[in-house]
Amino acid sequence: MHVVIIGAGEVGTSIAASLASDHEVVVVDIDPDRAEQLKYELDVLTIAGDGTTSEIQSAADAGRADMVIACTDNDQTNLVACGTAKTLGDGFTIARVKSTEYLRTWQGNEGAFGVDFMVCTDLLTAENIVRVIGLPAAIDVDPFASGLVQMAEFEIGPESPVAGQTVSEADRFESLTFVGLFRDGEMTIPRGDTDIEAGDRAVVIGSPESVQAFATDIAPETTPGQADEIVIVGGSEIGYQTARLLEERNLKSRLIERDADRARWLAEQLPNTVVMEHDATDTEFLSREHVDDADIVVTALGSDEQNLLVSVLAKRIGADRVIAVVDSPDYVTVFEEIGIDIAINPRTVTAEEITRFTYESVAENIAVLENDQAEVLELELTEGCALVGRPISDIVSEIDARFVIGAITRDHKLVTPRGDTVLEPGDHIILLVDSDSVGEITAMA
Amino acid sequence: MSWGVNWKASVGLLGVGIKYLAVTMLVPLVVAVAYGEDIWVFLVSMALVAAIGFAVERTDPDPDLGPREALLFVSLAWLAAAVIGTIPYLLAGYGTASTVGLQTGSFGALVGSIVNALFESMSGFTTTGATVLGEISTDRHSHALMMWRQLTQWLGGMGIIVLMIAILPEVAVNGAQLMESEAPGPELQKLTPKIAETARALWLIYFGFTVVYIAILYGLHLLGMAPNMDLFNAVAHGFTTLPTGGFSPEADSIAAFSAAVQWVVIPFMVIAGINFALFWHVLRGEAEIMLENAEFRFYAGSIAVVTAVLAVLLFRGAAPAIELGGATQGVTENSLRQAAFQIGSLLNSTGYATADFAQWDTHAQILLLFAMFIGGSAGSTGGGVKVVRWLIVGKAIRRELFTSAHPDVVRPVRLSGRVVDEDAIRGIMAFTMLYVVLFALSAVFLGLDAARIGIQLSVLEAISASLATLGNIGPGFGRLGPFGSYLFFPDTSKLLMVFLMWVGRLEIVPVLAVFISAMDSR
Repeated sequence: MHVVIIGAGEVGTSIAASLASDHEVVVVDIDPDRAEQLKYELDVLTIAGDGTTSEIQSAADAGRADMVIACTDNDQTNLVACGTAKTLGDGFTIARVKSTEYLRTWQGNEGAFGVDFMVCTDLLTAENIVRVIGLPAAIDVDPFASGLVQMAEFEIGPESPVAGQTVSEADRFESLTFVGLFRDGEMTIPRGDTDIEAGDRAVVIGSPESVQAFATDIAPETTPGQADEIVIVGGSEIGYQTARLLEERNLKSRLIERDADRARWLAEQLPNTVVMEHDATDTEFLSREHVDDADIVVTALGSDEQNLLVSVLAKRIGADRVIAVVDSPDYVTVFEEIGIDIAINPRTVTAEEITRFTYESVAENIAVLENDQAEVLELELTEGCALVGRPISDIVSEIDARFVIGAITRDHKLVTPRGDTVLEPGDHIILLVDSDSVGEITAMA
Repeated sequence: MSWGVNWKASVGLLGVGIKYLAVTMLVPLVVAVAYGEDIWVFLVSMALVAAIGFAVERTDPDPDLGPREALLFVSLAWLAAAVIGTIPYLLAGYGTASTVGLQTGSFGALVGSIVNALFESMSGFTTTGATVLGEISTDRHSHALMMWRQLTQWLGGMGIIVLMIAILPEVAVNGAQLMESEAPGPELQKLTPKIAETARALWLIYFGFTVVYIAILYGLHLLGMAPNMDLFNAVAHGFTTLPTGGFSPEADSIAAFSAAVQWVVIPFMVIAGINFALFWHVLRGEAEIMLENAEFRFYAGSIAVVTAVLAVLLFRGAAPAIELGGATQGVTENSLRQAAFQIGSLLNSTGYATADFAQWDTHAQILLLFAMFIGGSAGSTGGGVKVVRWLIVGKAIRRELFTSAHPDVVRPVRLSGRVVDEDAIRGIMAFTMLYVVLFALSAVFLGLDAARIGIQLSVLEAISASLATLGNIGPGFGRLGPFGSYLFFPDTSKLLMVFLMWVGRLEIVPVLAVFISAMDSR
């Protein structure tokens, strides 16, 4: 597949990195130094120049491209680049945008701006945050098979009832599968007799109800499903979208924004959210408004430094869980190391969303786990592919790739996979795969 | 004396309006012909008004209005209409004992008669319904003159400016500003892209309701359920119900008619207090807009609640046993009818009556006084503070209380799900405060002024006189009751009340804004 990526920022680079091994990738960036540098980092062709012009796109052979991904930091640049690509050829165009307004326009008429798929960074990030809030004990939650199946990652706390149990003891739910266990950053594929220790991170795939029940099981002290007191710090687009999505789910939140005009605008847009105009780094204010009693604090301020400060402050005065938006991927681990419960990076989220489109039509959905050690994929099985017609136990013993099938949906119904389950064409399988084996598995579907 | 206003433009446009006012006098003229009465009064009036119109128009034949000129024009238009409206009263009553006829016996009598005529005329155009007509009957006054009195209310109801915008292209150019100044309520609702079409739509709805209402009233008469409701009375009351006017050619107001008529009048009075733009939406098949409208819900709700309370009071005997409306103590139908009628009439400033509520017990009168404060809806023909303002004032106060405890919370005021602009809230607060201050000061003045000529007003009389004229309601309490008269007030008090009716109809702001801008640019 010939892929043209316009914009070699963090998102572009991350996408290029995951595609470089299997595909022919051309990266265009306006900065000659950056283009030069990337040439040595990745096995890709780089072109320096303005990616919106047909001259540069022709040089990148965009007319022949199967996919053109415009992922610069500028919305308009990305839209124009997709428009230009459509005049040159018929590749699948993907645009990254920040503005939800463009997304709304595009959703009204898919194909507008010459864009075949639009990824809205801020909305995507907000959706992620809201999923995490919906399952308080989870570190990461992703929906699959249009919501029939959920993947969730949990950290097992020291006082969790499942700490010290084996996987078969903990997995008491009919429609839930334990697919992965991370210990000290290393992934293991769990078996029935694998011990679960405090500090482990467990990945489960199953029906949303069973995931919910499992969450209550391993973290009974957190209110199941609903956090009563949610405070969002920072009325950025992410903060606003988060509050809006929470309103849609009938969860009430408080939103703190420093700028008077922005606060006013937010208050007008969000009838069921209490908007406060104040500097969130003022501890006196935080305790006066009982932010210390909050079940969840989301920091969505403009810069990582501010988010770090407020997250630490919120944690210090006693907020239960703190979710921080972290702009720079390098800081994600830093945030989590100093005790922030969840750090969400909009660029990673965007790269994940775009990457899932590069698995051609085979993989429909994907989630990247633990710094790209493993991925959770949704695959639709085609007639005559290598996986159908055989029991799962046969497939597992035959392939040396590390993977676990977590759920199967057949005719929009959930089927719990067992060793003797036979896969059929048209099935959607949701499975966890070691990052190194992704290409091998998708090739079989 | 430029005042920073191009007054010639305003006055010039005024001439156009006055000219057309002459045309409306055809209605009483037809009545005069039908009843074989003196037609010269209205022929002369028409000629006189037309002549004045053409003369005034010459000050600026091609008027161009800016925002200040628009304010001045609207203020002057209502004053001019009232002044022009006195001509038939003065001419018809000349040389008779009529209180509004021209008296030339002495200077004092001359002034007194002109003030009376102006009071009656202003009360008509502003749809107040307060009267100084000593004896209300078609024996004392001609049918034609009584019909003129009714007609002034119908013209004033939907607004004379709105009518001008609807039919005169030269006014329609500046229509939006003009309508904004005249239309009751804090904001102008444009229903169509062209303001003239909006004005036409509103007048058509108004006209349609009036026609249906007259047909029902006359239909009841033909069916034998309303012996007194002949064609003259049906039309006369049709002219004063939809504009929340309150004038009646019958001395006993609606009490002169059967219970069936009274039950018909109640819903139409209630309709008159609803925003007419909502009916426009209903006609377009969007009934849910009306049902979801916060002001409509509050208006309907408050009528229901206050009526229920009053009905209970009447049932328990708050009204004297023997009086015009019949006994209510222990009589369910009459208690309910009297309560619904009086609330439907006073809450939205109509001013009809089916009982002399001035003789009711004080606790029932206080309830009526409270209802008078509410007023109709924005965009209706009703007067008063308006429901929507009270709603917004209430919500703004609730926000103030909330933000005193949580000083950092930003909370916009919402009405029917829409955010109300902060400037609009400030304007509404200022208006409401101004209304209350003007009402209180006027009540004090009326009390003192009456005492000056040796008349003692009761507290309820002074308060109700001020409120009934400022709110364009009409009847008050005590001697100013529904079957009483404002005749005994001194001329100075009457002039103040003329002013109150004027500023009350234009919702204070245009008139005062013209004065303030005049003083500031000095």
